[in-house]
Amino acid sequence: MNTNNILEFFYMLIGLIMLFSSIESFRDKENPARIGTGLFWLILAVIFAFGEAIPSFIVGILVVLIGVLSLFKQVKVGRIKEVDSKVAEKSAKKLGAWLFFPSVVLAILSVSIGQFTSLGGQVGIGIASVVSLIIAIIMTRSSGKTAYHDSERMVRSVGTAGILPQLLATLGVIFTASGIGDLISKSISGIFPVGNHLLGVILYGVAMAVFTMIMGNAFAAFAVITAGIGIPFIVMQGGSPIVVAALGMTCGYCGTLLTPMAANFNSLPVALMEMKDNLGVIKQQIPIAFSLLAIQIVLMYVLAF
Amino acid sequence: MEYLKLIGIVIIILGFALHFDTLAVVITAALATGLASGMSITHLLSLLGQGFMDNRMVSLFLITLPMIGVVERHGLKQAAVNGISKLKHLSPGKILNLYLAIREITCAFGIALSGQVQFIRPLINPMAQASASVKGALSPKKVDLIKGQSAAIDNIGNFYAQNLFIASSGVLLMSSTMKSLGHAVSPNEIALYSIPVALIAFVLTFYYNMRFDKKLQN
Repeated sequence: MNTNNILEFFYMLIGLIMLFSSIESFRDKENPARIGTGLFWLILAVIFAFGEAIPSFIVGILVVLIGVLSLFKQVKVGRIKEVDSKVAEKSAKKLGAWLFFPSVVLAILSVSIGQFTSLGGQVGIGIASVVSLIIAIIMTRSSGKTAYHDSERMVRSVGTAGILPQLLATLGVIFTASGIGDLISKSISGIFPVGNHLLGVILYGVAMAVFTMIMGNAFAAFAVITAGIGIPFIVMQGGSPIVVAALGMTCGYCGTLLTPMAANFNSLPVALMEMKDNLGVIKQQIPIAFSLLAIQIVLMYVLAF
Repeated sequence: MEYLKLIGIVIIILGFALHFDTLAVVITAALATGLASGMSITHLLSLLGQGFMDNRMVSLFLITLPMIGVVERHGLKQAAVNGISKLKHLSPGKILNLYLAIREITCAFGIALSGQVQFIRPLINPMAQASASVKGALSPKKVDLIKGQSAAIDNIGNFYAQNLFIASSGVLLMSSTMKSLGHAVSPNEIALYSIPVALIAFVLTFYYNMRFDKKLQN
């Protein structure tokens, strides 16, 4: 049994959790978009569980269908059973810090499997998730039924945002196939000299921050800027792709700290706490964002070459 | 008309900036880019399907959710709240520094706290305000400053520590994107190289919080 077969098994498990979410979405009578929401999770469940056996063309159509459902506001979170605060309070008193134990097992076990076995990090995440779930169930004496509801509740509340990173990665594939990266680097290399390591690092770090500010989303900026600037100006010049990936994304987060476009982080707290200054959160973040961006550019230069 | 291909980037920027439906914006951008670079519809849809399948790894973080769901129902967040609310009689800067540490550590273990809603508004901001008002009533301007600083600390802790957890969607996205760009990188390697930034962000913000205490006293 090779790694891919094991990984396929975990994708089927994800499909199963999505199926749970689909069933509960269909049953949620209070959700005005319950059919659309149920379909959304059902389509994803099918792609995750059986995608290998379906022609890519059909999967492509299904992906477009997901977009159409989302466009017409047919995917809604609906009514999710809240955690019963009395039960949670009582159990928190009893279990205390032990409640963090399954998460610690998850993190340590998944890294260890990735590091010390030939199975790889992804299989490690799968195995560690199953092990930590079993530990959590035993520790809290949960029944199968409540574990089912905990799973579907979590996935449904993540909602469409949960599938966005994967779609952005898919967009990266289309960009690459269309030669967007080459086109951007060709246009930029007319202005900036390729081959100057420091200039390349500055260009990439600043571009990640600026594009993130415009879009309000570092994940979206990552595929575009890494293909167009990170790869040609740093990796192709001998820079480490690991450093480019790790620090590129966090340079983007410096942009997130500075932009009102990142509503969840910078506008939501303003509303939650009824602040007078709409930009009050961003103003407090400015010094950290700029100093971290500068430090990271230096760090990227030192570590990548 | 090679530059027509960049239509996808324009769609992404405008779509996100104008807050259109995100999934629809991304898919539209993908379709527009493919068509503008001369792909046939069937080829484009196949590529889209193949790309989505090849990047299932990015959604692997979903498999960690059932465990988080179980411990959450049994009071994960209440346990964190109980721990934090023991920190009475500290200055605002110290409260925020302890919260920063807790936020970075939990992030590294894949625990998403949804901090602004569940910690900053009901717990951290009131605690910081209470400790700042021991020496006298706060001006409305200072109240706003404390709110802003509390929210900022949650964002900073969250952003710069989440890449330490190998099953986070960001790390999986980076790993998968680098693979499709032809320079494969494992999630473990990304998490390892995210340690320096997490530490630097912590030290820098720690110092910033201590200066915040001085600023409040004036």
